[in-house]
Amino acid sequence: MALKIVKGSIDRMFDKNLQDLVRGIRNHKEDEAKYISTCIDEIKQELKQDNIAVKANAVCKLTYLQMLGYDISWAAFNIVEVMSSSKFTYKRIGYLAASQCFHEGTDVIMLTTNQIRKDLSSPNQYDTGVALTGLSCFVTPDLARDLANDIMTLMSHTKPYIRKKAVLIMYKVFLKYPESLRPAFPRLKEKLEDPDPGVQSAAVNVICELARRNPKNYLSLAPLFFKLMTSSTNNWVLIKIIKLFGALTPLEPRLGKKLIEPLTNLIHSTSAMSLLYECVNTVIAVLISLSSGMPNHSASIQLCVQKLRILIEDSDQNLKYLGLLAMSKILKTHPKSVQSHKDLILQCLDDKDESIRLRALDLLYGMVSKKNLMEIVKKLMLHVDKAEGTTYRDELLTKIIDICSQSNYQYITNFEWYISILVELTRLEGTRHGHLIASQMLDVAIRVKAIRGFAVAQMAMLLDSGHLLTGNMQRNGICEVLYAAAWICGEFSEHLDDPMQTLEAMLRPKVASLPGHIQAVYVQNAAKLFATVLQKHEGATDSQAAQDTSQLLIERLPLFVQSANLEVQERASCILQLVKYIQKLQQKDVEVAEEVSALFAGELNPVAPKAQKKVPVPEGLDLDAWINEPPSESESEDEKPKAVFAKEEPKQSRARHIEVDEKELARRREARKQEQANNPFYIKSSPSSQKVYQDAPGVEHIPVVQIDLSVPLKVPGMPMSEQYLKLEEERRQKERADKKKKDKKKKKREKRGKGKRDDSGPESEEDITPAHQVDIVTEEMPENALPSDDDDKDPNDPHKALDIDLDNLLLGNDYRPLADSEKLPVRTHRREVLKSPEEDGDQDGITQEAKRRSSKEKKEKDRKKSKEEEKKKKKKKHKHVVEEEPPEPLSEEPVQSEESAEVAAPPTSTSAEASDLDFWLSSAPVPPPIKEALAPKTSVAAAPDSEPDVPKDAEPDEEKSLKNKKKKQKKEKDEKKKKKRHHHHHHHGDGGGGDSVQNGTVEEEEEEEPLPPMSNYCLLAENSYIKMVYDIQGNLQDGSQVVVSVIFENKSNSFLKSMEFNVLDSLNSKLQRPEGASPHDGLVVPFQLPPGVSNEARFVFSVQSIVMPQKLKGTLTFIVKSEDSSTHEKLDFKLHFTCTSYLITTPCYSDAYAKLLESGDLKSSSLKLEGLNMPFHHLLARICFHHHFSVVERIDSCASMYSRSIQGHHVCLLVKTANQTVSIDAKCDEPSLLANVLDEIKQTFSQC
Amino acid sequence: MIKAILIFNNHGKPRLIRFYQYFAEDLQQQIIRETFHLVSKRDDNVCNFLEGGSLIGGSDYKLIYRHYATLYFVFCVDSSESELGILDLIQVNIIQTHVFVETLDKCFENVCELDLIFHMDKVHYILQEVVMGGMVLETNMNEIVGQVELQNRMEKSEGGLSAAPARAVSAVKNMNLPEIPRNINIGDINIKVPSLSPF
Repeated sequence: MALKIVKGSIDRMFDKNLQDLVRGIRNHKEDEAKYISTCIDEIKQELKQDNIAVKANAVCKLTYLQMLGYDISWAAFNIVEVMSSSKFTYKRIGYLAASQCFHEGTDVIMLTTNQIRKDLSSPNQYDTGVALTGLSCFVTPDLARDLANDIMTLMSHTKPYIRKKAVLIMYKVFLKYPESLRPAFPRLKEKLEDPDPGVQSAAVNVICELARRNPKNYLSLAPLFFKLMTSSTNNWVLIKIIKLFGALTPLEPRLGKKLIEPLTNLIHSTSAMSLLYECVNTVIAVLISLSSGMPNHSASIQLCVQKLRILIEDSDQNLKYLGLLAMSKILKTHPKSVQSHKDLILQCLDDKDESIRLRALDLLYGMVSKKNLMEIVKKLMLHVDKAEGTTYRDELLTKIIDICSQSNYQYITNFEWYISILVELTRLEGTRHGHLIASQMLDVAIRVKAIRGFAVAQMAMLLDSGHLLTGNMQRNGICEVLYAAAWICGEFSEHLDDPMQTLEAMLRPKVASLPGHIQAVYVQNAAKLFATVLQKHEGATDSQAAQDTSQLLIERLPLFVQSANLEVQERASCILQLVKYIQKLQQKDVEVAEEVSALFAGELNPVAPKAQKKVPVPEGLDLDAWINEPPSESESEDEKPKAVFAKEEPKQSRARHIEVDEKELARRREARKQEQANNPFYIKSSPSSQKVYQDAPGVEHIPVVQIDLSVPLKVPGMPMSEQYLKLEEERRQKERADKKKKDKKKKKREKRGKGKRDDSGPESEEDITPAHQVDIVTEEMPENALPSDDDDKDPNDPHKALDIDLDNLLLGNDYRPLADSEKLPVRTHRREVLKSPEEDGDQDGITQEAKRRSSKEKKEKDRKKSKEEEKKKKKKKHKHVVEEEPPEPLSEEPVQSEESAEVAAPPTSTSAEASDLDFWLSSAPVPPPIKEALAPKTSVAAAPDSEPDVPKDAEPDEEKSLKNKKKKQKKEKDEKKKKKRHHHHHHHGDGGGGDSVQNGTVEEEEEEEPLPPMSNYCLLAENSYIKMVYDIQGNLQDGSQVVVSVIFENKSNSFLKSMEFNVLDSLNSKLQRPEGASPHDGLVVPFQLPPGVSNEARFVFSVQSIVMPQKLKGTLTFIVKSEDSSTHEKLDFKLHFTCTSYLITTPCYSDAYAKLLESGDLKSSSLKLEGLNMPFHHLLARICFHHHFSVVERIDSCASMYSRSIQGHHVCLLVKTANQTVSIDAKCDEPSLLANVLDEIKQTFSQC
Repeated sequence: MIKAILIFNNHGKPRLIRFYQYFAEDLQQQIIRETFHLVSKRDDNVCNFLEGGSLIGGSDYKLIYRHYATLYFVFCVDSSESELGILDLIQVNIIQTHVFVETLDKCFENVCELDLIFHMDKVHYILQEVVMGGMVLETNMNEIVGQVELQNRMEKSEGGLSAAPARAVSAVKNMNLPEIPRNINIGDINIKVPSLSPF
């Protein structure tokens, strides 16, 4: 036998092994492909042998060929065979080949499950290791599901070698099988404190990867990581943790404050550059997240910038690169600290390394000011000259243009200089960015009126010089510039000194070699020039010159008529005929100039990109009416919110057409002025310029350019931008002198005109006034356009599925928070399932749901526990608590309110961990940012970053923070969306400086009391076994649905199961039952309740009319199972659908709001509340929270609010308060809905 | 996460490729070509980072590379990896481990391209101890070397009797015999070279 084996292997010993194959390939350089194909044939033969050694050898060779790009998937089965060899040597080869070529589409993978499982449990650690390594590369969802449990077991293997691999591979398993995350997480967390540094590092690695995608779920681990950070010495681990903190700090500013100190220490102490760099990076992230709130961390910024400077000055190019990279992050928030290192960055522009130069360029973008723009651009122009013919030069070119044109040419003080720069740039050969230069020329010439004369002269020169026309120029994009030049010369031909010469230049035969679209512009503008020339000669009675011009055109145009380009041809033949006709008239001595120029009369004014929205919709056109029947209801998810606004349009336009009398016009003009004054998007013209145009009605909003004659308007020859540096300096000096004189006057003026421009440059910038003003048409958003919803997550992102709340898992092992459906499948599992397919289907259907439930279940359990402890305290604090509790408008037993509110608080993390986090954070050296963080009014008792109570007394505070936390998490999603919008809005608003606050955000400038926690949950029914509280929310997606969230709490000591929720439908409101169920069937509550646990279920109701409140009777049946017996029980309840519950918090911009009110379609009603003793912002918050309104605008003690019903009714409130009396004026397009909502509001406040 | 590890020579010939995300073979080759194109035109004294090529994920990914004599070691990583950390990893672990292991194994004096060419599988095994599934598994070089060594020893012991002749033959082959005979008679065991195409 043994001999046979030996013989067998001797048989094979002249088979090629890997080395032979490699050698062979190297020896067959000239016919490699052929050689390899013969090798593959050999391999195929070898794979047919029974000898596993031969197979393994063949597979090994295949792995090599795979690297060379050969598809080896045909050998997948043989690879599996080799993988299943009992010998480590072959197994390793098999797994290597599998990891190189297997993927989710490989069908033999499903054959490997058992083999891999066997290997995982092999007594030989290297078998296990090799299986784990291989699996990490080709794990599929099926493998992940089937093997998750085995791998989890390995996480506690005795050998650290296996442990670390098992921990690491869990990340891959999570990605493929997200359901495994929750069950595996506690163990993963445990591994953070594994005695073996390798395992610890692996766990940190995995959690960092997880947290990077869904950071908020891992906030509660911050204390643990903090501990690790201060104790670990492994730089690799430290780097990971520090990077993780960088991702967490934006979510929790308090964390940042806590981090600054240890990070600073690390920065000072570490010698590892990689660690230093990451520390600096995270400190920057912290500073960015704090930049809004904290007074100053200038020391930290200084430290960072200093360290970065050291990096940048280092001779190591890598450090230099990274230093610049980090610098650009600081630049965004602290431009000034970076600006002081301008010298260094300019130096980097000279670096031989292109990556570094590009980074430095990025930095320059943020560093320019009015003062240094010219200087910097001059430097860049020098580089442009040096960087002949490289992509880097193109990069430079775009950067120059970016830098100059940023924020509406904010930093350009002299546009002649800019035009000269652009003209100089046209001399670049071989650039791809001709169109960019062209569009800049057009933009400047159109928008800066004062520059037109100069621009036209320059453009005429460009047309004339013809260097752009020369042969090879056309292949690259620079000839695009001629497009702009021709258009500018034609359009503004009145500025031309010698239009005849330009016309001549534009009709040169060479022009015909330009691209079609440029020729077309040439032809068209030649006609414009022709008109100008005619007009010039008209007065001079010199008919010969005019006729010569016509003759010239008639001679030259036929060239274009023959053009292959349709556009050119068409225009040319049109114009040719026109000119011929004119020539005839001229010969009869008819005056034609007037008429010809009438062809091109009228000025083109710049128009904002979205100006279309401003055009009123013509009467009788209903944009909302369907032309065809709508396809289906379901697809309107995104469109719904927009529809509100679209509806307003026609109303508005109709209103405009009705009243036209002079008075009304004047009134409206006034109103528009007012609006513009308040509109932050509208850049106001300077007060002086307004005077000039005051007599012309309707145009006063067109900003007018002041011409500064200190700059010569005509520069002979090609422009030299450099001369402007000097000129500019002189001009500034002169200005400074002037300014001194005018100082007194200015002070007065400043009082009147508030329209200061927003400059972020250094203070001295203010002194530099631009020589020309830009006729700015801001990228104005039409008032109705909402910033698009920010769903920046890719729906296909595998990490999305991993967004799972883990907080409640972190209690340790005493609790098994996982529902049955959530446990990882064990081998037996599937067989069991097969026996009861029905149950299986059921389970699958509710897996997701159940998971969430069970998480809550768990939380409730914890909560219960803590509640019991609290109860004692509660008695003492009773009064305090009552104060805290929100009124329960719908509760039939107001006495219950505090209790129910407790229960009702959405059951998110009440866990000790979470409170630990708060405690840990609040004990940070710096007190939490209370005031500035107290954010939106709506239900934001605790926005994610706010902590309304300063810790004075640890215990009650903790309790409060718990409640806040609960609430916060529930609202978080809503809130986030909203917030983003607000941010967006305010960002735009920066320039305008309007101080009214819009859209549901009331930013507390003054110190106001923190809001008490509130809850909308109210008691549904209760008996000795169970208690139900509920809340009703409109369904955003579907206008005919509301969602009722019911929290079931088990009050007994028995197990509650088989709960069935049933409601007696009314005509108007129906419980949505699964398809096929009869209208009398109850819905099964998808969970069971162990003693003392509560959980939440949601039920969807469809409603027809929403204008009246309704009540529905219902019953809950359930089985109470105690140790010895089980009984059926039932509990009747009444669901109260208030009108409020049909309202959905919808943000609304103030201008849209104003229009809505003006439209006159709304019926009004009002309400007075007397003797109300609460701060105004509390009042607003209550209305927002309990009645789903958002604040549109608030001015002192007056606020406008908005909400929308699920069926699209607008509800507007104007809330005013004075001397404890609150008056609410309300408008709505549905009077009965309004009346009911007002009643409900009244009720809310009567309970206070 | 590390998305891919590529080692190729100054001419762009791949010496080791390890993708942690599936790409079809032809796409892999394109990525190698693209990466080579990006990396090879850079001077030696410039920084070791650049934005990823379009095929492998665009600018979200960074290429971090080192160039040693005839070889480029390129890691394609996303933002969760520390740039300098990866550079150290290449330098300290991949190269030195290789040197070390090979030194033990073959008494190579210096790692050179030939080692990688002929022992691609071994390099893979080393790499597997450093990076797993796109995440860094171990950074301690002694640990890595120890594990690799143990596994190699295990392989040798498994080889035992049956592998001995193969090893002998391969040693002979390694002597660069100019011509390898088609039929060999070794004593009384008549070995038929299988009906394969000639060497």
